[in-house]
Amino acid sequence: MIRINCPYCGERDHSEFSYGGDATINYPSLDASEKEWTEAIFFRKNIKGFQFETWHHSNGCRMWLVVERSTVTHEIKSVKPCHPNLQKVVENNK
Amino acid sequence: MKTRRLDNYGKINRDKILSFSWDKKNYKGFEGDTLASALLANNIGIVGRSFKYHRPRGIFSSGVEESGALVTIGSKDRRDPNVRATTQELYNGLEASGQNAFPNVNFDLAGINNYLGRFFAAGFYYKTFMGIPPFEWGRGTAIWMFFEKFIRKAAGMGSASGLPDPDSYEHAHDFCDLIVVGSGPSGVAAAIEAAEKKLDVILVEQDSLVGGDQLAENDFDNSQTKNQLENLGIKIMTRTTAFGLYDNCVVGLLERVTDHISSPNLNIPRQRFWTIRAKHIIVGAGAIERHIAFNNNDIPGVMTVNASKHYLNRYGVLSGKRIVIATNNDSVYETAQQLSEAGANVTVLDSRINFEIKTNKSFEIRKGYVPYNINGSKKIDSLDISKSENINKSETINCDQVLLSGGWSPAVHLLSHRGIRPKWDYSNACFLPSDTKENITLVGSARGLWNKNDCIASGIAGTTDALNRLGISKTNYFFPKPGGWKNPIQPLYEVKYKKSRSKSFVDYQHDVTTDDVRLAHREGFISVEHLKRYTTLGMANDQGKMGNIIGLSLMAELLNKEIPEVGTTVFRPPYTPVSIGALSGRNVGKHFRPLRVTPMHQWNIDHGAKMIEVGLYQRPWYYPKENETLNDSYIREASTVRKTVGICDVTSLGKIAIQGPDSTEFLNRIYSNGFSKLQVGKARYGIMLRDDGIVMDDGTSWRLAENEYFMTTSTSEAAKVMSWLEELLQTRWTDLNVNVTSVSEQWAGVSVAGPKSREVLNNCVDDSLDVSNNNLPFMGVTSTFLKGNIPCRIARISFSGELAFEVYVKSDFANTMMDLLWENAKKYDGCLYGLEALGTLRVEKGHVTAAELDGRVTIDDAGLSKMASTKKSYIGSAMRKRGVLKNNDREILVGFFPTNLKETFNAGTIVCEKNNIKGQGIGRITSVTYSPELGHWIGLGFVKGGLDKWKDTNLVGADPVRNKQMNLKVVSPHMIDPKGERMYA
Repeated sequence: MIRINCPYCGERDHSEFSYGGDATINYPSLDASEKEWTEAIFFRKNIKGFQFETWHHSNGCRMWLVVERSTVTHEIKSVKPCHPNLQKVVENNK
Repeated sequence: MKTRRLDNYGKINRDKILSFSWDKKNYKGFEGDTLASALLANNIGIVGRSFKYHRPRGIFSSGVEESGALVTIGSKDRRDPNVRATTQELYNGLEASGQNAFPNVNFDLAGINNYLGRFFAAGFYYKTFMGIPPFEWGRGTAIWMFFEKFIRKAAGMGSASGLPDPDSYEHAHDFCDLIVVGSGPSGVAAAIEAAEKKLDVILVEQDSLVGGDQLAENDFDNSQTKNQLENLGIKIMTRTTAFGLYDNCVVGLLERVTDHISSPNLNIPRQRFWTIRAKHIIVGAGAIERHIAFNNNDIPGVMTVNASKHYLNRYGVLSGKRIVIATNNDSVYETAQQLSEAGANVTVLDSRINFEIKTNKSFEIRKGYVPYNINGSKKIDSLDISKSENINKSETINCDQVLLSGGWSPAVHLLSHRGIRPKWDYSNACFLPSDTKENITLVGSARGLWNKNDCIASGIAGTTDALNRLGISKTNYFFPKPGGWKNPIQPLYEVKYKKSRSKSFVDYQHDVTTDDVRLAHREGFISVEHLKRYTTLGMANDQGKMGNIIGLSLMAELLNKEIPEVGTTVFRPPYTPVSIGALSGRNVGKHFRPLRVTPMHQWNIDHGAKMIEVGLYQRPWYYPKENETLNDSYIREASTVRKTVGICDVTSLGKIAIQGPDSTEFLNRIYSNGFSKLQVGKARYGIMLRDDGIVMDDGTSWRLAENEYFMTTSTSEAAKVMSWLEELLQTRWTDLNVNVTSVSEQWAGVSVAGPKSREVLNNCVDDSLDVSNNNLPFMGVTSTFLKGNIPCRIARISFSGELAFEVYVKSDFANTMMDLLWENAKKYDGCLYGLEALGTLRVEKGHVTAAELDGRVTIDDAGLSKMASTKKSYIGSAMRKRGVLKNNDREILVGFFPTNLKETFNAGTIVCEKNNIKGQGIGRITSVTYSPELGHWIGLGFVKGGLDKWKDTNLVGADPVRNKQMNLKVVSPHMIDPKGERMYA
């Protein structure tokens, strides 16, 4: 069972979270071209090792998180809120 | 086999006599017995029939590796098949019976299979697909299906009761610093060391007593060990198996709470499924003794050497009179001495020639000898032996028991669950665990240590390792080297039988012989994973705990390779079987999944509603009067709505509060239609697309104030939409000042629909002017009060196509609202209507729901192109016309009428051209209903090219599942009031 250290709730089982997707995508602006959107939506790297991905604490505080996880061992290196303002709050409370 | 109970041996409680039945005959045993030890003490040699050949089988072991003594415990709905007699504790009144035999295990008619062995060799099951040689008669699935039912009946094990399980099971959770698996010398040492260093420790033991292999020592006092552990505050969990290791130091445990009690309190769960989250795991799971493959090595009376030691010293049962022990290592000599001291005549065959061993000379040692063939069928008559250097029958020894030790296999299973491959150790002829970066440490004989002092030292070292890894200490430590015997083990896996056909069993569980392994090799199944699947070596209950290594060594020999080059299969959880009941825990029956009800649930039932499950929600389906059927009822309800007025509970819709200065901009981005000009006090229907341009959901948003909206979503997509809005605000548009809050549970909602709906509301609100056509035009919103000072929100929204309103009050007022509305609706001969009538009304009107918006449909496919703004960009706008989404022959929403208006059709019907009825056709029907307004059946669905292409063509509705076919015509989806005159009334 993957255990994710939610910055707000503490360490919890992955069953409390929902997987989002690749956290490194910069989604284009809404008026960007079909080509740019195609790149953003359909093309993904298949990383062996650590990757940044989004998880939603859907059965907890509802925060969207960036999780740095190894696709080989499930080891988790870092967890932080997606929203920069929430990141600041977490930093200040440390 | 002549067994007997000895007075001065064993840890059983002789003051407490237990009676039990075996194959309907009554026997006696003692408290502390297992079923296996009690059967042995009663001289019952045959306890089962083998999987394929139905050969008589006895008890091979004293533990979880057992593959012979698989029996059925209990009767009726408590019948539990394939239980290992060696781990089943005896209780008063226990009912046990043999399985896979008719009429019984002593005389089994299917024993004929033993002589048909050539037809049942490895892969025979798969070969039935290939037909019968020489002409491959019946090739294909037909013959396989013909044979399958016979094969399944003949080959196999116990059968399940087929009745609902009367017992309850429980899920439980715990946390600790350190979990120690196994209470042998190493596990106990590790736990004590950790508790003394102030760690919070759980010690898990699958047996009923702590001690591990020490329970086979005559002078071991398990209660003293238990007291010592308890005094240190260690949580001891006996009768509990660590069946699997998972990510992040999570351990799965199965605790057998009442399986050893004759009449358990039914308020206590039978088994508990534990999830333990630890910081470190120490595995002291021990090692398992292997047998040796030689001809007839499965005759009842064959057992591992260590098992006989357990039966002697733990249960006081001497398992034979004239015992031959066959070995290739030092571990048997202590047992040989104890068996002979207990009164047996013991001969040891040791495959090694040059070695020294100290004994008291009470038994004979034959150096350089191996077992060759057992004579006998239901019991051992004698053993043919051979010189180990020149395999051939040299002489015969009269005996009633043959004990085997082909070496020891450390229980590396739990590490294998973590993907850690073991490595082969030549000097100890076994797989040893590899290192891991995870917080898992192996101790004791699980890491190949064969003597007790080394095991204890490894336990202490293991805890030091744990403390270091947890950052609590930085202490140097070392583990003793694997091994510990005075003389090296000599690999011995098989003694080859010289005659053409032999029954030398590698894996007792599935009757896999050495010939089967050779056949797999001949037929090309040489990788270990293929070998396993082709021969079924290492499958089923015991998962190859005894036989796997023998199979691997044979394959290595055939390939001219070493065992490590051949590799080993991966062990997966569970280590021993886990019942389905324990996996489901309390999540059975009504508790299978959560149940959601609306605040007026009871009100609906009290007013005659029949309920239906929609997702997790219970919703009113229809409200039958007297003898009405579903059809009678929904047709009456829908007609009443169109004629006067109806009331429907719509609380299950998702409801989201959207607040903040950028709310309007936010809605304008997520909906395909414009929201920037929506006035306060107005609502708008909106469609959300996904990033890829497909429709995600539809709903309404009501502008309550400048910066405050109330959004409704469909019932099925409510949770998804909420997560999506949060994702956008937290990950993409972090500059927007918007807050979203789910208020689905906070508001109770009803739809009041029909020409008389305004008059009903007039009577229900404090100020009837609030709901006048002027104040509340189509899509208008008002916040006002129902009579009795109940705050409410009303929007003039129509899903039925009639003049209609949605009224929301705080959930606490749901029943009051229903009473008030119903009382007034009755004055106009109104009705309560359910989901079925709701469906009728919306299908007539051509409104889409989740049945149409199935994740493949674009906004244009749904005929809602006018909902796609051209004046702004929004989620999905760039992608909604991409590639295949702009093809001309996309399936477009249409209505369907049967050509013969008397005919009916079903949702799921495939729409085809008249002369081309096949495959996926040109469309599909997604929703159907009887239309009271039109007087015949109608449908909604999709057809390639849409209405324009097919409006004058006769099409066919093919319904192969129901073996039905009818002629159809395509019509506009707006089947009634296409101009919406009623809604705007």
